Amino acid sequence: MKKLKKFNKYIPYIVLGLLLIWHSVLYAQEQRFPRPEFEGDYTFPTHQFLNQRGPMWEYMDVAVLIGALTVASWLALKKRSRQGLIWVSLFSLAYFGFYRQGCICAVGSVQNMSLALFNESYAMPLPALLFFTIPLLFALLSGRVFCAGVCPLGAIQELTGFRKVRVPKNLERVLAMIPFVYLGLAVLFAATESQFLICRYDPFVGIFRIDAPYTMIIFGALLLLVGIFVNRPYCRYLCPYGVLQNIFSRFSVKHLTITPAECRNCRLCESGCPYDAILQSDPVKDREIAEKKWKGSLPYLLMIPVLAAAFAVLLYNLAPALSGVNDNVKLAREIRLEKEQGIKAVSKASVAYYESGRTESELFEQEQQIIGRFRKGAPWVGIFLGLSLGIGFFRLTVRDIRTDYEPDRGRCYSCGKCFKFCPVKINN
Amino acid sequence: MEEQQKNSGSRRDFVRKAGKLIVAAPILALPVILAKKTDAKGYVWQIDPYKCTSCEQCKTACVMTPSAVKCTNAYPMCGYCDFCPGFLRQGAKTYDTAAENQLCPVGAIKRTFVEEPYFEYTIDENLCDGCSKCVKACYNFGNGSLYLQIMHNLCVNCNQCRIARICPSDAVVRVPADEPYMRKELKKV
Repeated sequence: MKKLKKFNKYIPYIVLGLLLIWHSVLYAQEQRFPRPEFEGDYTFPTHQFLNQRGPMWEYMDVAVLIGALTVASWLALKKRSRQGLIWVSLFSLAYFGFYRQGCICAVGSVQNMSLALFNESYAMPLPALLFFTIPLLFALLSGRVFCAGVCPLGAIQELTGFRKVRVPKNLERVLAMIPFVYLGLAVLFAATESQFLICRYDPFVGIFRIDAPYTMIIFGALLLLVGIFVNRPYCRYLCPYGVLQNIFSRFSVKHLTITPAECRNCRLCESGCPYDAILQSDPVKDREIAEKKWKGSLPYLLMIPVLAAAFAVLLYNLAPALSGVNDNVKLAREIRLEKEQGIKAVSKASVAYYESGRTESELFEQEQQIIGRFRKGAPWVGIFLGLSLGIGFFRLTVRDIRTDYEPDRGRCYSCGKCFKFCPVKINN
Repeated sequence: MEEQQKNSGSRRDFVRKAGKLIVAAPILALPVILAKKTDAKGYVWQIDPYKCTSCEQCKTACVMTPSAVKCTNAYPMCGYCDFCPGFLRQGAKTYDTAAENQLCPVGAIKRTFVEEPYFEYTIDENLCDGCSKCVKACYNFGNGSLYLQIMHNLCVNCNQCRIARICPSDAVVRVPADEPYMRKELKKV
């Protein structure tokens, strides 16, 4: 017993010795070949890592953005010059598109926003925040002038839309719902650190860089081809940032008008808009009927919260399926499949997983965590979708009585194509 | 009738004004909320050399052609071996610098004599396409001094780096832009 006690004293030293040996083994493993001891005056060269262009330039982009937006607002609202807006489009396409190669863009900044809001580890770069907010501020002041000619994605489509094929109104309404879903999913995926959906399926960045996977080029080229006839297909049926622009523009302080003075209801502009964004004025006899009928829309008003709740439940249940876009969840499912059904996991991710020595419980726990985050976020996306759909239905039942032809503030891109159809001219 | 229309007009005005306030509030509040979460410097993508498994996908996954990923040598870690496993192909008939004996498919590794028996290996970044063959060989048989880095004079800093999405070991991470490189010799596991 006494002997053992004496021995106890040495235990720490033995442990220390073992640690030192283990450490040297580790070191030897790492450094298979010892660092040479040069006899001459050789010094280790230092690798010159080059930096990207300075942050100064990113603020330059912001300045150009503000400048272009101001000019576009002035051209659309004051000068009423379609030709001027075409020049702005051309400039934006050249600068934000071909020179800056489509990055940084306001459309994608939605995701940075969402990532920064819901993740501790990521802080939003200031230029990205400015690119997100400034076009929305301008939408609140003067309508969608950003879409008119500052957004490079809009500009390239604006410049290639030669023909004017009308899409049936009902089809247009259905297709116009896609961006809401796209926005909801993009925000959800970015918030859960799973995907940057908008950037991944950016249609024209491949064309701006003249270098991309062929699928991207084909997608972009197809959109441009369709856009020759059905103008601005990306803006109308896909663009997630357009949804925000749409909402903000509805409450804009000022907005482009079709006529420079008083509308004469001559109907000449009716067919002038390729985006069906001109709201017709109501004939006098309709005006009274519309006034009386408003009670019929009450059920639709009550339907809004019901729809929101329904979509929230739906999205909550879809959350596990949606979480499949996350790489870790995908990997965990692959590993589980291998474990339970003996199907060998062959993807590079699984090979790397086995090499890294992470434990299964770790991986599965992470999977559950990510699914939990999806479950938390998805209902909010559902509420957003339900609300938008409900409000959309409700809006269909409410007749605004118009005495003039005016642009639909939500859908109008302020492109100025309707100017030339208006016969009213102001003589200076 | 006249009055009714006036009423409905004012109602619409009210809705519009309320809507303006509701919409304007978050956009004005957002910068305040995000003030803490905003970083003037921003982030860039970089490869963590200790996570990289040199799976060879950096070469093709990058949106740039050739890839913005290049090999570099961490000189203080290098063994300056005569038989450099990153430079010479395994199973080559003769151990000399003939093209067919080199591992690098584009001949981007330059070998210069320092002193007996040491050779210095430098990567010509204009030639390197980031295939990581040499990185794998150096990791398996040598000191692991050759490693991949994203070169920021070439990288266009995509919002979602395509390599980061594809990378099987999640080695491509966002790093603060004022420290854009992860030098292998400076960081130890």
